[in-house]
Amino acid sequence: MPPHATEHATLGPPARALELHGLSVEGVNQCVHCGLCLAYCPTFSELGTEMDSPRGRILLIKSLAEGRIALTDSTVEHLSLCLDCRACETVCPAGVPYGRLIEAAKAEIEHQRPGSLVRRAFRWVNFGLLLSRPRLLSLMAASLRVYQISGFRRLVRGSGLLKLLPGALAAWEALLPDMPPASARAPLPPVMPAEGERRARVALLTGCIQQVVFGADNRATAAVLVKNGYEVVVPQDQGCCGALNAHGGDHARALTLARQTIDAFEGARADAVVVNTSGCGAHMKGYAYLLKDDPAYASRAARFVKSVRDVSEYLAREPLRGPLRPVPMTVTYHDPCHVVHGQKIRTEPRRLLAQIPGLRVVDLAESDWCCGSAGIYNLTQPEMAGRLLERKTRHVLATGAEAVVTANPGCILQIAQGLRARGSSVRVLHIVEVLNRAYGG
Amino acid sequence: MTGERKQTLRRELEAIVGRGAVLSDPEELLVYESDGLTLFRALADFVVFPRSTEHVAAIVKLADREKLPFVARGAGTGLSGGCLPSEGGLVISLMRMNRILEIDYDNQLAVVEPGLVNLHLSWAVGPRGYYYAPDPSSQQACTIGGNIANNSGGPHTLKYGVTANHVLGLEVVLPDGEVAWLGGRTRDPNGYDLAGVFVGSEGTFGIATKIVVRILKKPQAVQTVLAVFDEVTHASDAVSAVIARGLVPAAMEMIDQLTIQAVEDAFGCGYPRDAAAALLIEVDGLAAGMASQLERIVAACRECGARDVRAAKDEAERQLLWKGRKSAFGSYGRVSPAYMVMDGVIPRTRLPYVLDRVNAIVRTHGLRVGNVFHAGDGNLHPNILYDPRIPGEEARVLAAGAEIMKVCAEVGGSISGEHGIGLEKADFMPFIFSEADLELMRRLKEAFNPGGLCNPGKIFPTKKSCVEVGPVAYRPHAIEEKGLAQRF
Ligand SMILES: Cc1cc2nc3c(=O)[nH]c(=O)nc-3n(C[C@H](O)[C@H](O)[C@H](O)COP(=O)(O)OP(=O)(O)OC[C@H]3O[C@@H](n4cnc5c(N)ncnc54)[C@H](O)[C@@H]3O)c2cc1C
Ligand code: SF4
Ligand code: SF4
Repeated sequence: MPPHATEHATLGPPARALELHGLSVEGVNQCVHCGLCLAYCPTFSELGTEMDSPRGRILLIKSLAEGRIALTDSTVEHLSLCLDCRACETVCPAGVPYGRLIEAAKAEIEHQRPGSLVRRAFRWVNFGLLLSRPRLLSLMAASLRVYQISGFRRLVRGSGLLKLLPGALAAWEALLPDMPPASARAPLPPVMPAEGERRARVALLTGCIQQVVFGADNRATAAVLVKNGYEVVVPQDQGCCGALNAHGGDHARALTLARQTIDAFEGARADAVVVNTSGCGAHMKGYAYLLKDDPAYASRAARFVKSVRDVSEYLAREPLRGPLRPVPMTVTYHDPCHVVHGQKIRTEPRRLLAQIPGLRVVDLAESDWCCGSAGIYNLTQPEMAGRLLERKTRHVLATGAEAVVTANPGCILQIAQGLRARGSSVRVLHIVEVLNRAYGG
Repeated sequence: MTGERKQTLRRELEAIVGRGAVLSDPEELLVYESDGLTLFRALADFVVFPRSTEHVAAIVKLADREKLPFVARGAGTGLSGGCLPSEGGLVISLMRMNRILEIDYDNQLAVVEPGLVNLHLSWAVGPRGYYYAPDPSSQQACTIGGNIANNSGGPHTLKYGVTANHVLGLEVVLPDGEVAWLGGRTRDPNGYDLAGVFVGSEGTFGIATKIVVRILKKPQAVQTVLAVFDEVTHASDAVSAVIARGLVPAAMEMIDQLTIQAVEDAFGCGYPRDAAAALLIEVDGLAAGMASQLERIVAACRECGARDVRAAKDEAERQLLWKGRKSAFGSYGRVSPAYMVMDGVIPRTRLPYVLDRVNAIVRTHGLRVGNVFHAGDGNLHPNILYDPRIPGEEARVLAAGAEIMKVCAEVGGSISGEHGIGLEKADFMPFIFSEADLELMRRLKEAFNPGGLCNPGKIFPTKKSCVEVGPVAYRPHAIEEKGLAQRF
């Protein structure tokens, strides 16, 4: 609590609590309108309009909660254009909990204006069906792989058929990575013993999309943890953590998924829950706040949150265990928003990379700026996502690095697509992949 | 304004700047209702985003023809309501004119557009060893256009001067839409120094569209000292003691306990939470002799009773200390939902007396104050903390503010060091200027801005009776009476 908060309470009657869709937005009162966040907000930086800045959006959210304005088309547009990248939180001296405010606002938008048909269909497929049913998701992955390797994709891409798809779906198609073969999508074993002296037991979040599209990254994560003396368990009944739901305004399902995740991981009796996707890690660290009003889960959530660690954060607590093989490469590091702003992890990944022999790490301009991926933002706001991606790839290419290392699948998809579109051969790698190479993986 | 007229004007504005560059939805206008001083708010009819001098000139010509008041806006970090619109007026946002047009290292100058963020200029020339010296604490957000309008200062003003000392020339769109160059690319222009006249005119003489600024070579060496005190008066004494030794620090900032605690909550910058006050003192220049300067500063602080004096051990620590200092205003959000910052200037030697008076005045009004300021210049920033949700509190803030301004004037100081007069201090002008002084200023303004459409309602008191603004009695601000702003 700030040192003067108690004093404050004695100064006058508390004003009516500010809420949107039943969620508190009291945090708006922390914003003193100083504007120090402006130039760090990607959307403001691109557009120069204050409704698309943190301070402007906070004022919109406050005015909505106070009933000064209604949820008009333009208000919805400006709030939806927020990336939820939380760069504003990092620079804000007043400590405005911006992420919570925008999530409440998005929940209100979803409540009042359930969106256009295309978006709704898209949401239903994503949130309702696939994410909560891992098996369906892997079925879809299998058919996608057929689509991709059969030459059908080339046909479709060449045919101009894609132009007929609504913009968001076409963007989605372009983003799709090559689906890995079934062997890489196969689930990880439930327990992998530590190598050498055992340091601790960790439970791995394999993620809903992650296991299907990026199974290799999960394998690499497990392998690196094992090499470093961690016993790795993979709770088999885990599902989606609910981050996409929360960011997309689907508060009710976010609550359910949070409870299920806690259930699934408590049984693992692990010292830490290790996560290799930024949005999930940041979101899971927020479970205590999310479930604070649920008597059955509040204290369990508070305990659970203490155990959640991003993989870089967890590994960087100790020097990497040798022997490490040289990885002779020049790379640069892109900070995923929900790692650097959402979890305040900035030095850890760089410290890990610095330990790999032969690896040269060069600085990336605006390394902590959003690449435009932002969960499903690149699908819902393709234009702004494209502008930010363009900005990101320009900076990447200026470094002359052979690969961009980052720590989140969404960023990997997005940046890889941007580089592909520019005809660049620069690769995009998850940090665990680079670490695993140093272990001969 | 009637709906029909609004439609027509919108179309005309769009014909100039294109679609997507004119705002008129109520929710969009809302976010332009104030600058960094939220006590005053007013809604415009349009916000327009020009991209070139030609755009600005065409918009201003249209405003002139239609008799629409207009005001330039940079980042809106101003603290005196300077960029607030008048009813029925236009806000001309310069945020899309933010390019660096030219950097001439040989002649140590840069030509920039007004919407360029101050710090971004230093970033651009940094790799070659240069920087832009004026460094308002808001430099990460505020624009060079806003800086020239307010003749902004910053911590390093003590040694390097204010914005005016770093501007060589300006391209401006005059209030009738004509484009003129004031000054040029050299330090000593011929004829009247009109660039100097424009700097500090707070947007009432026209709109700057290109600015020629000096860039300086980074100093060879920099040392930053943090001196910690258990008594505020000891810190005040140390400020004078350092200067009395003939030292010219690049910066000498004071930060009090309430502010230290807020800043530490924000970023954990290394200021001791239990200190009554701390001084952040920086010296820069040639490496030779730096050590002895440092020693003399440390000695002066110790003699005045400093509990601890230490130099930042590396650049990272130095940056962190500055980050704390520069985030101070924003950090007040951790202890209060709003604040109003005052900007008085006083003779340095009167610091202990004035700080005491400030604290007493604010206490009498049942409010709290945080002090963080440019101590070397005697430029005070008492930040009065308040809660706008509590009825009557804003009125008490204004009353306390007026009393503080009075004290500054009484000790031979002034009512604004760097934040400008704007709306907020217009009624305090008679504290320091005679009617003849004000009349001369009015005539200068009329020479530039005869129609009065360019940023009306600012700087000049609206009533002669404002000299009587009583220290205790609150009455509506002149701009409220005129309906230019509302109090919430
Ligand atoms: C946290 C914080 C710290 C601050 N620290 C300092 C400090 O250390 N020193 C200091 O001096 N100030 C400081 N300020 C005040 C403020 O940042 C400065 O006054 C700054 O120069 C305003 O720039 P802006 O771009 O935000 O201008 P705005 O607030 O948008 O406008 C300010 C004035 O400039 C006029 N204007 C803007 N652009 C133009 C143009 N192109 N042509 C003509 N007129 C124009 C406007 O009409 C208005 O009158 C601080 C403010 C904050 C919030
Ligand atoms: S930095 Fe924080 S307090 Fe300042 S305007 Fe931005 S959100 Fe508000
Ligand atoms: S979350 Fe990102 S996009 Fe949204 S207001 Fe903050 S900085 Fe801007």
